[in-house]
Amino acid sequence: MKSFKGGIHPEENKITTGSLIKEMPAPELIVIPFSQHTGAPAKPLVKKGDRVLVGMKIGEAEGYISSPIHSSVSGKVKDIRVMPHPVSAIPVLSCVIVNDGENEPDPSIKKRTSYDTLSVEELKNIIKEAGIVGLGGAAFPTNVKLSPPPEAHIDTLIINGAECEPYLTADDRLMQEMPERILEGANIIAKILGVKEPIFAIEENKPEAISKMKAAGANVVTLKTKYPQGAEKQLIKAILDREVPRGGLPFMVGVVVQNIGTVKAVADAVIYGEPLYKRVLTVTGDGVKNRGNLLVAVGTLFKDVIDFMGGYTDNTIKLIMGGPMMGISQKTDTVPVIKGTSGILLLKGEQANIPHSEPCINCGECVEVCPMHLVPTLLAKLSENGKVKMANRWGIMDCIECGSCSYVCPAGIKLVQAIRLGKYLLRKERSKK
Amino acid sequence: MSPNFIVSSSPHFHSGNNIKRIMYLVVIALLPALGGAIIFFGMKVLWLSLIGIFTAVIVELLSIKIGFGKTWKESLSRSFDGSAIITGLLIVYNIPPNAPFWIPIIGSAFAIIVVKQLFGGLGNNFLNPALAARAFLMASWPSLMTDFSPLAGNMRGAISGITNPNGLIDAVSSATPLNVLKSATRYLSDPSMHNKAVETINKLYSPEVFKSLFIGNIGGVIGETSALLLLLGAIMLLITGIIKLRIPMSYILTVFLLILLKEIFSGGELIIGLKAGLFHILAGGLILGAFFMATDYATCPITPVGQIIFGIGAGILTFLIRMWGGFPEGVSYSILLMNIFTPLINRFTKPRILGEKK
Repeated sequence: MKSFKGGIHPEENKITTGSLIKEMPAPELIVIPFSQHTGAPAKPLVKKGDRVLVGMKIGEAEGYISSPIHSSVSGKVKDIRVMPHPVSAIPVLSCVIVNDGENEPDPSIKKRTSYDTLSVEELKNIIKEAGIVGLGGAAFPTNVKLSPPPEAHIDTLIINGAECEPYLTADDRLMQEMPERILEGANIIAKILGVKEPIFAIEENKPEAISKMKAAGANVVTLKTKYPQGAEKQLIKAILDREVPRGGLPFMVGVVVQNIGTVKAVADAVIYGEPLYKRVLTVTGDGVKNRGNLLVAVGTLFKDVIDFMGGYTDNTIKLIMGGPMMGISQKTDTVPVIKGTSGILLLKGEQANIPHSEPCINCGECVEVCPMHLVPTLLAKLSENGKVKMANRWGIMDCIECGSCSYVCPAGIKLVQAIRLGKYLLRKERSKK
Repeated sequence: MSPNFIVSSSPHFHSGNNIKRIMYLVVIALLPALGGAIIFFGMKVLWLSLIGIFTAVIVELLSIKIGFGKTWKESLSRSFDGSAIITGLLIVYNIPPNAPFWIPIIGSAFAIIVVKQLFGGLGNNFLNPALAARAFLMASWPSLMTDFSPLAGNMRGAISGITNPNGLIDAVSSATPLNVLKSATRYLSDPSMHNKAVETINKLYSPEVFKSLFIGNIGGVIGETSALLLLLGAIMLLITGIIKLRIPMSYILTVFLLILLKEIFSGGELIIGLKAGLFHILAGGLILGAFFMATDYATCPITPVGQIIFGIGAGILTFLIRMWGGFPEGVSYSILLMNIFTPLINRFTKPRILGEKK
């Protein structure tokens, strides 16, 4: 079985692997941030009082690394103002829309009768205009990722269906329920890159998804169930035995990796003309009454999603966007679902306990599990003492913050947190020069 | 109503592994050898152990409370995290069964105060506390620390029939297998003693002696005698993932190979070389040291390659001391010396980062 060196095997808790994707009706109030991606925020195209339609562009990409934003409902713009955001610590400029419930689509949304004749540039433009970004987490604009520099020779396209985060099953369900559409989207991307056949990388704990994708005719590589198998560098190492150079990107070794959700969004945009304004996410954990996979309009507040799933259970004390390993814990449930929201995880009571930190006993567990082959305990100690130059020599910037080290640390040390601090201090020092 | 959420940096889950679990598993892994020692040497061993552990825990508690000014609650929790118990127990494992009761008291107090707490406590000591205490006791009371004369009424197995070749060696100090071997080897070059020495060595390499060495009814410090019982504990630590094979394997293999090579290069037969290698693994403290003391987290390298270098280094030193040193045994000094090199080894064995040029 293909895999990489290091990593951990936390409890999978893929409770929702069997629950059908259910469409959640958009609530009355929708908050769509103009920044949901890596890069510059989009520039608002609407103003207070304007009527918007489903799929209408309400924000224009600003610059090369940016992405347009679309409305997920029809209704009236109530306000354009800063609102709480699930990723940004500071509030972000957002479009507040009152949903009129009519679901009137924008006239630009039309199914294409044929898309085989479209050129690579036309396809890339469709993807760009549809506001598609990487839905696996970092939300990097997809059209940029599909435009590697001319000197790069892309020979492999990996469709990332590893979904190695515990609890999350959104990609798993997409593969089980619409394998043909996903394969179609993958073939479109392969055409853009000039790659023959995309490789689907799926962890062995998703047998249904594997058999459905194979039945649809996809070339599937089964991977060992291990966290963080879905991280790009680990995925490329596992499948191709190629190593992305330090600080580099996958195109440098001839690879492009796209997530399942992104691929599906590409198919929707190219075939159905639909921009990215809704996504599948998993609502799960012991802190919510019902669990399942939902198709949710971007801009829906977390609290509405949680209400739709029956509300909180007693003693819910942690709300996380994403999975338990790399997800972002939220202060409030009045933040909106954005393009990068792969799941909403609610934890209660003891589950959410973080161990009390004790002194490092130098056991080396963090070194054993680090998928980047770093020495996390040393990086953390150096960071906490402000020795950023030495931390840099020991590869602090190579840390992918997967959390494997903190997970195994018997002393309960918040290694990733300390390393994040070190990275911040190092960036600050560099920007001074 | 939205609940009050806890906000923290990812990851949000933890494996549940903790220091107490690790330390107490090590304590459990050490217990078979203690049981064996009680059978071989008598109940006195149990009292020595309890004294060593008690002293270590009390001294740890007072050091944390007074030295670091922690609350009683935290001081108690830390002094019972199991690490002081291991130190106390290992000190007793490193003294002869004839040692007086005050020896483990002094040893434990020295280990905890001077070696561990003065350097910052758990995880910060640069020497293995139990081994440093052994070195301290050896230097201070050498005769008490090497008194292996048989305790009344206790068996000494196969070794008791084989003593020094000429009676010149004090029977009191010659009771450990390595001692007998060392003195016999010394007489090999003496023409008048040569035949007797060869005979002694042949007896030492006999199946009966190997059996005794493996089971443990031989002379030696309390914890080192039974290879079988130590390996039982070691296997438990390997299965639970608390120790990795890198250090013990590289250490033991290095000693074995060097002994084998030395025998072959000095004109011996291969079979004698293999027997000598095995003898050096089973006799003395190599198994105890390699699995339970060289693997001490705080004082061994953290990098995988560093751990192998550490094991090889300790193996070379043990070989040198056993062959040409003043003592018949060299495990404890070898590990202590390698402890000193640990920071340097870590520094020069940075793992190759994924994507770093080969």
